[in-house]
Amino acid sequence: MTTVGTNPGPGAAPAGRAATADTEEQPLLEVRDLHVEFRTREGVAKAVNGVNYSVRAGETLAILGESGSGKSVSSQAVMGILDSPPGFVTGGQIIFKGRDLLTLGKEERRKVRGSQMAMVFQDALSSLNPVLSVGYQLAELYRVHRGIGRKEAKAKAVEMMEKVGIPAAKERVNQYPHQFSGGMRQRIMIAMALSLEPDLIIADEPTTALDVTVQAQVMDLLADLQREYHMGLILITHDLGVVADVADKIAVMYAGRIVETAPVHELYARPAHPYTKGLLESIPRLDQKGQELYAIKGLPPNLLRIPPGCAFNPRCPMAQEVCRHEVPPLYEVTEEDGTPLPGRGSACHFWKETLHG
Amino acid sequence: MGRYVIRRLLQMIPVFIGTTLLIFIMVHALGDPVNALFGDRAPDPATAAALRQQYHLNDPLWRQYLLYMGGIFTGDFGTAFNGEPVTSLMGTAFPNTIKLTAVAFVLEMVVGILLGVVSGLRRGRSVDTLVLVLTLLVISIPTFVTGYVLQYLLGVRWGVFDATAGNPPQFQQLIMPGIVLASVSLAYVARLTRTTIAENSRADYVRTAIAKGLPGRRVTVNHLLRNSLIPVVTFLGTDLGALMGGALVTERIFNIQGVGYQLYQGIARQNSPTVVGFVTVLVVIFLVANLIVDLLYAVLDPRIRYA
Amino acid sequence: MPDSTGPGGPGGREPGGHQAPGPFESDNQNLASIDAGSLVGSEDLHGESAPVPAADLEAREKPRSLWQDAWRDLRRNPIFIVSGLLILFLLVMAIWPGLFTSTSPLACDLGKSQLGATSGHPFGFDTQGCDVYARTVYGARASITVGVCATVGSALLGTILGGLAGFLGGWFDGLISRCADIFFGIPILLGGLVFLSVMTSRSIWIVVLFIVLLGWPQLARIARGAVITAKQQDYVTAARALGASNTRMMVRHILPNAVAPIIVVATIALGTYIALEATLSYLGVGLKPPTVSWGIDISAAADTFRYAPHMLLYPAGALSITVLAFIMLGDAVRDALDPKLR
Repeated sequence: MTTVGTNPGPGAAPAGRAATADTEEQPLLEVRDLHVEFRTREGVAKAVNGVNYSVRAGETLAILGESGSGKSVSSQAVMGILDSPPGFVTGGQIIFKGRDLLTLGKEERRKVRGSQMAMVFQDALSSLNPVLSVGYQLAELYRVHRGIGRKEAKAKAVEMMEKVGIPAAKERVNQYPHQFSGGMRQRIMIAMALSLEPDLIIADEPTTALDVTVQAQVMDLLADLQREYHMGLILITHDLGVVADVADKIAVMYAGRIVETAPVHELYARPAHPYTKGLLESIPRLDQKGQELYAIKGLPPNLLRIPPGCAFNPRCPMAQEVCRHEVPPLYEVTEEDGTPLPGRGSACHFWKETLHG
Repeated sequence: MGRYVIRRLLQMIPVFIGTTLLIFIMVHALGDPVNALFGDRAPDPATAAALRQQYHLNDPLWRQYLLYMGGIFTGDFGTAFNGEPVTSLMGTAFPNTIKLTAVAFVLEMVVGILLGVVSGLRRGRSVDTLVLVLTLLVISIPTFVTGYVLQYLLGVRWGVFDATAGNPPQFQQLIMPGIVLASVSLAYVARLTRTTIAENSRADYVRTAIAKGLPGRRVTVNHLLRNSLIPVVTFLGTDLGALMGGALVTERIFNIQGVGYQLYQGIARQNSPTVVGFVTVLVVIFLVANLIVDLLYAVLDPRIRYA
Repeated sequence: MPDSTGPGGPGGREPGGHQAPGPFESDNQNLASIDAGSLVGSEDLHGESAPVPAADLEAREKPRSLWQDAWRDLRRNPIFIVSGLLILFLLVMAIWPGLFTSTSPLACDLGKSQLGATSGHPFGFDTQGCDVYARTVYGARASITVGVCATVGSALLGTILGGLAGFLGGWFDGLISRCADIFFGIPILLGGLVFLSVMTSRSIWIVVLFIVLLGWPQLARIARGAVITAKQQDYVTAARALGASNTRMMVRHILPNAVAPIIVVATIALGTYIALEATLSYLGVGLKPPTVSWGIDISAAADTFRYAPHMLLYPAGALSITVLAFIMLGDAVRDALDPKLR
């Protein structure tokens, strides 16, 4: 079983959005062997332990995981907004458009943020500044990154608000975040992320705080805009349902590592990792009437004391002795007869048994 | 916003009445001003009775209060111990006190916020610890102690400032008293600013501002400070009461003939119009300042404005 | 939302004239001391979804209450230890001054007026010829008595009135809040000047009464806020649904959770009340001789400070240290009880 890494191209730096043909070949973002730890009073919490993933322009990667899996931390590290101290990137590379962001100076990295790479946060009410108008917060991006004057920036802000579907944008541009509904606020966050037409958007649980019907609207909006701008989208979530419509491929994270990768439909149909399997089985279904709901036994690990070997082993129904000692690499997943299944990987010593039964 | 303003104004009315009544009661119901007019000599009963009649001292308290309040609204605060109307005493005293308080207020605001911002942004480092320790010391040492110590060191020993102020005091003579008066309030402002800045710097919207790639200065000033200073501004307003009280002490130490001085005279000679008059005006100033602060709060925080 | 009940705005005002920055604005948070427990299960430091409890599969730690946690933190806090010891020392000095000196503070010999330190009298003599050391030792009693009693008094009165106001709401709340505003509207030193100057006998109890009278609004405001917050919690609704009576809810459910901020403010207020008494004595409207008080001594020594500084410095030093100790204690208690650090 060979391990799957993402093979980087020959290190050519793409010239930006213009060279679309080039960037189709090379991934827009490539995260290699990323390690992030938090140094706390009670020890070192290893939040991200060797994560690899990549996203192409126009592609949507969904990162799935529970609280504590490291999904948010890794994206914060990519954006460069990790709270440091106590968080520290202790290894790996973050290659964005050919450059390793971790080697850039602070100022250069700042220029990338917001203009080439943007983030949408979960709770728009607390993520927007409550005492500044939404117009101001939108216009800020144009004024800072593009040097545009106040009036023009405001006009562009109105444009963006209309684009994300906020009615009466001209009047509402001077209003404050608390005067909008939850769904509208999230649209504003999306507008902020999109204003400078970034190449990559990271959406960290963008719909978790919303009602179900609004969730669908916001996800649709994201998908439409992504198509229109041909952006890469990383969608971080713990909600399997949300992912199914929008994502192209999924990476499942557990205890700071990626435990499975797959194209979206394959993951749902044929999971190759016990953890993914457990997650899927925990979703209540209509035909389960009268039966006990399934839940993965146990709790996610304390990041200060990750179990040796495969981090999932204490909770895994298929755990064997080898699982308690050897950390499984991300094995290439193939059909029973060996036909390769592209894009599929599983960090389980017994992926074959899990996949093929 | 309009409704908020009106509501606050209406709330101020019963408080104004209650506070002035309380002062009035405290002064009048507890001491006999007529006896005081005669100093140590026993008053001649007839004269005393006539005086009591003249000053309505035999009327029920509530009527006396109303008469007095009525007088106030026409600008008549009664007569002071030296025969002058109280208003003329106020005319000489208030400007001095206002100057002193203004100096202290500016110091408190500028230095306090500056120290608070610096230590709030650099939490846990040596600057922060230094500020914390210094402010703690300043808060613990009562104003009158710092006053004398500074007066001795800076005024007498090293001659940096004049030890006492003239009448009317010149501006540079007010600097040291201003520092003394401002010291404790400054310490509180610095601590409060530090706390709000430290709390807000971990807020989600700050994270968003950083994620937007805004330069550090813009994040600090436009986002962090804009939010953090709101409670500080409101504190500054309510602290005016403390400044007023502190001014009494400071004026005494540095011999500034302001409100404190007149208040003393009034109390020493048991002249109630002076005492009630000055205290009433001070209280009104305080109430108005609090009103302004509450309104300012609404201006600064749109969540209140458009609740 | 500001507490729009009149002056005092969103905060409160301390009786010494100064406002404590609010019960849970901690000054001693140290980023490096972030409890990893809060990170477990929540990789987003800015507070993500509900944290999953620290999971060792063998649960080693049983759940602790707020008070046990607070006590554990306090014990480890050097500020608490230092200030606690200091306060104990001062309390002993206040209750048994004879342990520290055999000289009487009232045994004054004018012939020794303003003398410096001599053997047996380490602090020298004041203008009246009294032993400064003895007066400093005995002065602790007045200051601490006033401080403690005034704090207990205003805390009780404030908690009862403010707590009931928050709990019952309605017209009662409005009434109490307006009353609080009225007493708030008089800056305490001004009030002291007016009120105490007309009192003929200014015993310790009069001064205590006065401080309680003008100090209760601050604690009432805190109590009211804390009760209102506690009242809105789900566990109170649950208790009500289970048929708990008003008294029971107040005593068993709301009060235990509301009492923490009150304790914090009260502890800090203690320090300021002690300073307040001294200031009132300095202004001449505080305690009167023959009561021995630091404030009286400082006031008397003020004019001669330039050439006989010892008469002022010793009582001033003792006063400052006492106030410092209580404020430090208050800081430490606040840090320990701060829910944001839980």
